[in-house]
Amino acid sequence: MRKVAVIGVGNSKFGVRSDVNVSELTFEAVKPSLEDAGLTAKDIPFVALGSVGAGAWYEELLPAVVVGEYCGLTGAGLMRCEAACASGSAAFFAAYSAVASGHVDVALALGVEKMREIDTQTAMEWIGRAGYYFWEFHNFGVTFPAYYALYANAHMAKFGTTEEDLALVAVKSHKYAAMNPNAHLQNRITVDDVLSSMVIASPLKLYDCSPITDGAASVVVASEEKVRELKIDTPVWVAGIGYSSGTANLSKRHDFVGLDASVLASQRAYKAAGVTVDQVDFAEVHDCFTIAEIMAYEDLGFCRRGEGVKLVREGQTEIGGKIPVNMDGGLKAKGHPIGATGCSMVYELTKQLREEAVEKGRQVPLKNYVGLAHNVGGTGHYCYVTILRR
Amino acid sequence: MEMTSISMPAIRSRPITIVEEIPISKTLRFWEGLKEGKIYATKCNKCGQLYFPPSADCSDCLCSDMRWVELSNEAEIETFTHVVVRPTTFVEYKPYTVAIGKLKEGVKVLAWLTGFKLSQIKVGMKVKLVAKVSQEGNPTYEFVPP
Repeated sequence: MRKVAVIGVGNSKFGVRSDVNVSELTFEAVKPSLEDAGLTAKDIPFVALGSVGAGAWYEELLPAVVVGEYCGLTGAGLMRCEAACASGSAAFFAAYSAVASGHVDVALALGVEKMREIDTQTAMEWIGRAGYYFWEFHNFGVTFPAYYALYANAHMAKFGTTEEDLALVAVKSHKYAAMNPNAHLQNRITVDDVLSSMVIASPLKLYDCSPITDGAASVVVASEEKVRELKIDTPVWVAGIGYSSGTANLSKRHDFVGLDASVLASQRAYKAAGVTVDQVDFAEVHDCFTIAEIMAYEDLGFCRRGEGVKLVREGQTEIGGKIPVNMDGGLKAKGHPIGATGCSMVYELTKQLREEAVEKGRQVPLKNYVGLAHNVGGTGHYCYVTILRR
Repeated sequence: MEMTSISMPAIRSRPITIVEEIPISKTLRFWEGLKEGKIYATKCNKCGQLYFPPSADCSDCLCSDMRWVELSNEAEIETFTHVVVRPTTFVEYKPYTVAIGKLKEGVKVLAWLTGFKLSQIKVGMKVKLVAKVSQEGNPTYEFVPP
């Protein structure tokens, strides 16, 4: 396998983007990523697109060809990758693999989601169906917040995690999103704001949930030879990728206090990258709900099982703490355009590792120049962990 | 929380209604059983693995020689949530409680939990799993007080 580097990244403004269609939104990410790499669309032989809601929450069934044409990529090998909310990481893995295997010297990983063309109730319906429609949605109407609420109540019962602890995660996310111009929600909030927000699926309230967001992100990857040829100043290397999955039926999980897929994917990623968890300087974790961030700390080995709340209570996952997490605001406040999230995490890792263009107050201190992105699809149905090193 | 969404010029897509016919031939005994008040699981005749939801094939040893077994109904709640914000096809329902319970036989079941006040529901609580007919007339099952 060849070494692969990230050589260009782009990220659209996240939010309610009723001003653009899916192609125009993707263009906002693709163009800066190509410019960043010093390439044109004609130089890209292979594109993997992460997107979930094609034909459901937005109108195009074949988004890879539609956005491909709009961004000048027609002629390249195209595919759409689906791994639910980890689709962007699956696309990144496909692009990485195409380069690592020697099939191509450069490839593009894209993620896009256009979720605000339909009403909120219908979005709740579609996303709720994303699990095991037949056995868990058809008769029981389990929504996505409800799936994670099942984990939250189990975690609270077993470890004494409180609603205030969960609120602290949201407060942190909004604090950093307020400094990120790409973020969907840029308002600072307090613990009381979270606790007094409306209940969505108990114990999760509105401010425990990531918003329904439109957004796109784009990543150019290249081989070591290509990095030299293009004279890339600061390549960010793909150190290792790990992946795993969980059962479709939540009822088949052995417990509800962590995601097995995250544990296994991260162990595989640490092994592939040849790093230990202590060498990771900072992380992007999949905080689609506040409880998900607490479980991620534990699943990824940042702390022992049941001690995730200690990290957030002590501020250990902020700048100056043991391991800064989600310094872009995370899914919770930057927003979670499902298929784009994985590529947006890679965007953030790359910007941070290059120590460039990150707003003052958000730049993490770097010791080992190692960053980790943890991207979960569904409720631990899929998981990809990507480790980058400068 | 949502930022004010300024109405932007847009074209509405052509509306469609999608209804899928989901085959149940291989699990028909289960659906018929619910109408008789019984809840069935399947068990692999080769490796003995018990399946709920019932499965026509064994995902453990890939054998398709399965038998039907009736479940006991005795369950313990492992977790739950009260769903307040409902999806489109459930707006006609009042907010509902979803729970995952572990049956005496070891399999777990996700279903609605009824007959309790929300404040009474605790992880570890004993409940009973019963067959019933939904508000829409579909055979289903739910947890109720023992």
